[in-house]
Amino acid sequence: MSTGSPQNDRPTKGALDSFSHWANKHRKWVLAAPAMIFTALLIAFPLGWTLYLSLTDSSGSVRADSEFIGLENYGEVLTDFDRFWPAVGRTLYFTGGALAFEMALGMAIALLLWRPFRGEKWVRVAILLPLVATPVAVGMMWSLILDPNIGFANQALSWFGIPPQPWLAGQDTALTTLMFVDIWQWTPMVVLILLAGLTSLSDEPDEAARVDGASAWQRFWYVTFPLVMPVFITAILLRGIDALKTYDILYATKGKGGGSFHEVETLNVYAYGLSFDYNDYGMSSAVLIIFFMMIVGCIWLLTARKKRSNR
Amino acid sequence: MSSVVDKQPAVPDAARLPAAFKKRPKHPATRAYGLFRVLALVIIVLTFLAPLVWMVLSSLKTNVDIYDPTAAFVFSPTLQNYETVFGQASYLQYIFNSFWIGIWATVLSMILGVPAAYSMSRFVMKKSAAVVLMARIIPGVSLLVPWYFVFSNLGLVGGYSVLILSHMFVLLPLFVYIMMSFFDSLPLELEEQGQVDGLTPIGAFLRIALPLSVPGIATASILSFIFSWNNFMFALVLSGSSTKTLPVAIFDFVAYASIDWGGLMAAAVIITVPIMVIALFTQKYIVSGLTAGATKG
Repeated sequence: MSTGSPQNDRPTKGALDSFSHWANKHRKWVLAAPAMIFTALLIAFPLGWTLYLSLTDSSGSVRADSEFIGLENYGEVLTDFDRFWPAVGRTLYFTGGALAFEMALGMAIALLLWRPFRGEKWVRVAILLPLVATPVAVGMMWSLILDPNIGFANQALSWFGIPPQPWLAGQDTALTTLMFVDIWQWTPMVVLILLAGLTSLSDEPDEAARVDGASAWQRFWYVTFPLVMPVFITAILLRGIDALKTYDILYATKGKGGGSFHEVETLNVYAYGLSFDYNDYGMSSAVLIIFFMMIVGCIWLLTARKKRSNR
Repeated sequence: MSSVVDKQPAVPDAARLPAAFKKRPKHPATRAYGLFRVLALVIIVLTFLAPLVWMVLSSLKTNVDIYDPTAAFVFSPTLQNYETVFGQASYLQYIFNSFWIGIWATVLSMILGVPAAYSMSRFVMKKSAAVVLMARIIPGVSLLVPWYFVFSNLGLVGGYSVLILSHMFVLLPLFVYIMMSFFDSLPLELEEQGQVDGLTPIGAFLRIALPLSVPGIATASILSFIFSWNNFMFALVLSGSSTKTLPVAIFDFVAYASIDWGGLMAAAVIITVPIMVIALFTQKYIVSGLTAGATKG
């Protein structure tokens, strides 16, 4: 036992005692088993099934006969420049754009909140509210604010003489607009994580740089930022995984299939549509497996980077 | 930034030394920075709050006022939208569904997750933890087809149990993640002392570690409930007409022809307000839960 805790080897008396003895001896697995079994049944097994489905031509109903067709679905998906590759592009554009803004804004706001000030509590409350708001309701809320005809956004623009924008209704503007909705909702998460990281730093390196006459920017860029880097990468990881899988606000604002021109159809939306609108389970499973490997790849790259900056 | 800057001090040594000896405030924030900071904070707070305020205002307007730009801030408030929402007999049912599913999914995730997290933390079970945390990165859609098939064969689709189970898919890893970082920071000595005093190892977990981890469990439970309340995709596929949760039920106000904006905003307020009230009172826990493990590096 790696904890080195003293073992209680009491003599066994009766069934209950011998069970207790057994449970304590194997407590590592006794305690972990329920969660592991749940995970295996509800996650590992379905994931394996999805992997199997991706190799068949299953469609219509999962109960219907399906044939094993090897990697055919993957071939079809990877040569689909009509829906699949644009969805990949949109997923990366949405995630990359949202992440870039969220990390930059999150860092800036965290630095503003770093040193204590009066009214800090209220600012923190304001930051927390978007974070806990139900994403579907947030989507609805922004659909009203950004409505091209009756929305407050265009009304506010008109005060500055700026012509009305189509926002969510525009084929070219919808995805970028949704990116900003995501930024509105999730920048607070990055702020909280980075703030926790900043607060755990010691003052000394910053003080030393200050004594050496470093400017505020130099102190941030050469002292604080490298120190907070591991937390920064953790924040990218946590936020990036969720951004890749964004679904709720896309569905709430544009409906099924990412709008009539699929203008906000990301991989997740595409896979959902293949599964539940077209019932093409083979294809959708192939898309999902590729999507999953994409996520794992991104995580692997980032953790490799994190290990380097920890050194 | 050129590399010269970090190698040479920006100020010559002679000028730097006296300044370093002078007694100075620890963080000499200049007046200009102070002003900038206040302005920036006001803008930040407004940006995050204004849309939510707009949502509440719109929920108090008639649909005529919503379409009238001159009535943006000056209008006679009405509760008729809320009457519309609650006038739908089933809306109270949907609120109950969201609560019921959230509470059960949280409690069950706690029962499974806390002992597992304890074991994974104490025995440093990195691989097992990785398996449970995998759930964090799997796209939910990839589980829905097999789930739908299995659960509909079992006749469970449309019932509460399937929704509770599917929400546990999200909540269990959350519980394990938060509680692992909590147990990691809980000193081992207390449990060892308990074992010296005659407790079995599991007894030491139940009687010593568990009572001490109440703050961690509270953190994880609050966040779990919020995550379950906000979850949309699983309920979209797996709920029946009587087990719909609020995020799915809100679409009743979106028709093909027209949208009842007033009713929609009232429904949105009804979904978000309970969660925001919980968040206001448990702010400390939510922040510690969301940042759990992030600063370990």
